[in-house]
Amino acid sequence: MMNTFIGNLGHFMVILAFVSALVSAVSYYYYTRASELDKPSWRNFSRITFYIHGFAAVSIAFCLFEIIYNHRFEYFYAYSHSSKGLPVHYMISSFWEGQEGAFILWIFWDVVLGLIIIHTNKFWEGPVMLVFALVQAFLVSMILGIVIGDLKIGSSPFMLLREVSEAPIFQINPEYIPEDGTGLNPLLQNIWMVIHPPTLFLGYASTLVPFAFLIAGLTLKRYSEWIRPALPWAIFSAMILGMGIIMGAYWAYVTLNFGGYWNWDPVENAVYVPWLIMVAAIHTMITFKKSSTALKTSMVLVIASFILVLYATFLVRSGVLGDSSVHSFTDLGLSGQLLIYMLFFLAIAIFLTVKEWKHIPTSEKEASVYSREFWIFIGATTLALMAFQVIVPTSIPAYNALVEIFGGLSNLAPPADQIGFYTKFQLWFAVALALLTGVGQFFWWNKMSKDDLKNALVTPYIISMVLAAIIITLGKVYDITYIVIVLSGAFTIVANGTILLKLLKGKTFKLAGGSLAHIGLGMILIGIMFSSGYSDTISINMSGLTYKKDWEDDLNKENVLLWINKPLQMKDYEVIYRGRYKKVVGVPGYVKADAMESLEGINEALALENIEVDGKAYFQKGDTLDLVLEENSYFKVEYYQGEELKFTLFPMSQPNPTMGLISSPDSKKYLTKDLYTHVSAINDYEEPEWNDDQFINAAPGEQFFINDFVTQFESADVVNEIDGVALEEGDIAVKAVLSIMDYDVKKELSPVFLIRGNQVGKIDYIDHDLGIKVEVDNIVPEENKFVFKVNTYQKDYVVMKAAVKPMINVLWLGTVIMLIGFSVAIYRRFDEFQKMKAKGLE
Amino acid sequence: MKRGHILGLGIIAVAIVIIITSIGDASTYESFSTAKTMALNGKTEAIHVVGQLKKGQNGEVEGIEVGEDKTSFTFVMVDNDGTEQQVYYNEPVPADFKRSEQVVVIGTYKSKEMFVAEKILMKCPSKYQETDVKPSAS
Repeated sequence: MMNTFIGNLGHFMVILAFVSALVSAVSYYYYTRASELDKPSWRNFSRITFYIHGFAAVSIAFCLFEIIYNHRFEYFYAYSHSSKGLPVHYMISSFWEGQEGAFILWIFWDVVLGLIIIHTNKFWEGPVMLVFALVQAFLVSMILGIVIGDLKIGSSPFMLLREVSEAPIFQINPEYIPEDGTGLNPLLQNIWMVIHPPTLFLGYASTLVPFAFLIAGLTLKRYSEWIRPALPWAIFSAMILGMGIIMGAYWAYVTLNFGGYWNWDPVENAVYVPWLIMVAAIHTMITFKKSSTALKTSMVLVIASFILVLYATFLVRSGVLGDSSVHSFTDLGLSGQLLIYMLFFLAIAIFLTVKEWKHIPTSEKEASVYSREFWIFIGATTLALMAFQVIVPTSIPAYNALVEIFGGLSNLAPPADQIGFYTKFQLWFAVALALLTGVGQFFWWNKMSKDDLKNALVTPYIISMVLAAIIITLGKVYDITYIVIVLSGAFTIVANGTILLKLLKGKTFKLAGGSLAHIGLGMILIGIMFSSGYSDTISINMSGLTYKKDWEDDLNKENVLLWINKPLQMKDYEVIYRGRYKKVVGVPGYVKADAMESLEGINEALALENIEVDGKAYFQKGDTLDLVLEENSYFKVEYYQGEELKFTLFPMSQPNPTMGLISSPDSKKYLTKDLYTHVSAINDYEEPEWNDDQFINAAPGEQFFINDFVTQFESADVVNEIDGVALEEGDIAVKAVLSIMDYDVKKELSPVFLIRGNQVGKIDYIDHDLGIKVEVDNIVPEENKFVFKVNTYQKDYVVMKAAVKPMINVLWLGTVIMLIGFSVAIYRRFDEFQKMKAKGLE
Repeated sequence: MKRGHILGLGIIAVAIVIIITSIGDASTYESFSTAKTMALNGKTEAIHVVGQLKKGQNGEVEGIEVGEDKTSFTFVMVDNDGTEQQVYYNEPVPADFKRSEQVVVIGTYKSKEMFVAEKILMKCPSKYQETDVKPSAS
């Protein structure tokens, strides 16, 4: 039965959310302009409309999740983003896999933030919430799904499949509901993908708060007072955005192809740039609070960070990136709407700023080189330039689109080597930043003259040189660029560490946010340098197969072919591929794939043998097993050093009917390095194309060859049961046992020949690992000979890459420390704000 | 001149350097014939070529040859001008390669006959947004 109710309800809630956002905006507008006498009633009305909006927004999310959770495949969204086999936590990922779901998430966070603002601010509520309500109206319009003539406004997630699909089935049977959905992109089936998008969208949503305070400040002509309430939010926003970026990087590292954690892909850049600008804004805002300088700069930066989030959304979701990004977002035809959204707020911000520019107080005093303002300003400038350097080339597809609109033709493409291109700039900027944070922090806490500075810096300078020397020697860093990175990273850590110690001694831990975040920066820098600069691909192909072309010599063959059970030397390790495994619910570790047979049901398999791990039996032969995502295979790869098994990895791969081979790496994690293994190609294992029949005559005890394997015909016995099933009376069954030694593994193949009445049954035996199918074709009793029919395929293999990533934990630890630093800073600034509020000032 | 002005000029200078290098390092979209001319003239930087895989009469992809150790392969690509070109890629065949509607190869000619791709971008038929519903037996 088709359920159209929930979709209609969802769609109604979308319209309600849109209308209530507009009404709320109008009402808050009147509230800000109302006389003191009328204010309370306007405020109540505005709040009620915003609550209604919030209720509608939550209901939209509820309806969509209901559709996914109850597998209502009559809806396009559920059909194309989920399937029956998905566990609940991945259903959550399905929710935001589509763009509509992502917008809903964004809307939801804005509602949460809006409610917090209503209840924490007395003074600022009116204008701030006006901006909020307008933003919400724009966001909800993205999922409105209303068509007026040729004009399509928004893309509704509540479309029925039959409204979207042109499949002929719907002409025959409009009530048709597909059995199952097409599933969630397997790359997103990762725990980090459950929490990364909400974090990122909270980051996106939170950039609105400082922006809204700024706009409020401009309209109320409170040019500088907005900074105080905006500052904790700006730090919050930077922290959450930063956390989202890190989670994305970590997800890429643990699930994506061989690209590592950061690829300078347009989608990644689109988050990185607003983050940099937000961090710059925080610094100028703090400076302003201390010394009344940099107010205008702060304003420009706050506006820029908000607009850049919208620009990023536009770039990523309008389809303008086209084929320049590996992240594929389908063009939902929202480009125009997204553009209007961005330009609308850009125009308002520019208009208000220009109008009020003359009245914005500035400090005429020239900042001295020995003042903290000067150094922080340089730092903020460096951050802004970093952002500029990334956004300029990332926008190349947008320029092309623009040129084409005006009838021109542009053949400009993004840099071919993205990583090399961005790194060569960002690296030096980051080094400059690291040095600036070291020096800047000293200025921050102490008023410095020339001599004081020298004295203050000498000790950290010497310690950091020693530290750097140790790192350089132990890490064998001989590249001059890398040495500079280590030096600057060490200097940041030591200089900021000195400040941190001082603050801790003074028991003023809540002031330590800055130095903690900067220590994190230094560690990130060193971690990136080691893990990327010294990433060592150990799976270099030395097979020595003749290269056809001379130029092939120059290319590094970074993949190796591993035949099952055949050892291969890879740098320090001897590596052996041991076959495919599956994950079974209730069984620790992995279970060999040929110990089970797939059943009709989703994620169900029949145990073909007893399943035991470490002597403990988990399932008996014949039991039904629940698999954790049937499509996923895990490829067991053993790493030996000398004769000793060091560790075993299980990189995942999934031959996906719609996306082809999807692989996720597995890593051996040491404290000082990760060994990373990734499957790049696999054998077609399930449905091999068997070679032509071969017939072999042999007597028990004889040896012969199958597929180059020495095969021993061990025995042939009359058996009374087959697979545990007793035979009928009069049946004669003969089981032949063949054994094959494949390196150190002994395989037993046992086809059965069955005679029942006048009929002959041949039960073949397939060994997927060896690529052999054998059956007893005939028995010649006179000669005591068996005729085997043999089909062969290739042995199972895996093509994989492996690399050592040194010191990657320094990077992750650095990010954690930086986030802690942000949190401490938020606490401090919010505390300040609370105190001011208690005094009735805000 | 005030220090602020010097600083401002410095920032503008860095910004200009960034823009110029961005344009300088930007790659371009070319056809195989222009790419070949460039390579023959000694320009070896990587460029982008957009095209499709060569298909036979019944729509089957033709001309994919996988290397003996399965770690590299060559294929025949037809660019938007209709020029056919054999392309070498030093990686195993990407999974959804044969299904791709459009391929972008980023690389350069290493010899007159062979274009070597450093990177391949594929556009597959609307990956997870298929509107083509295959009715299952139900």
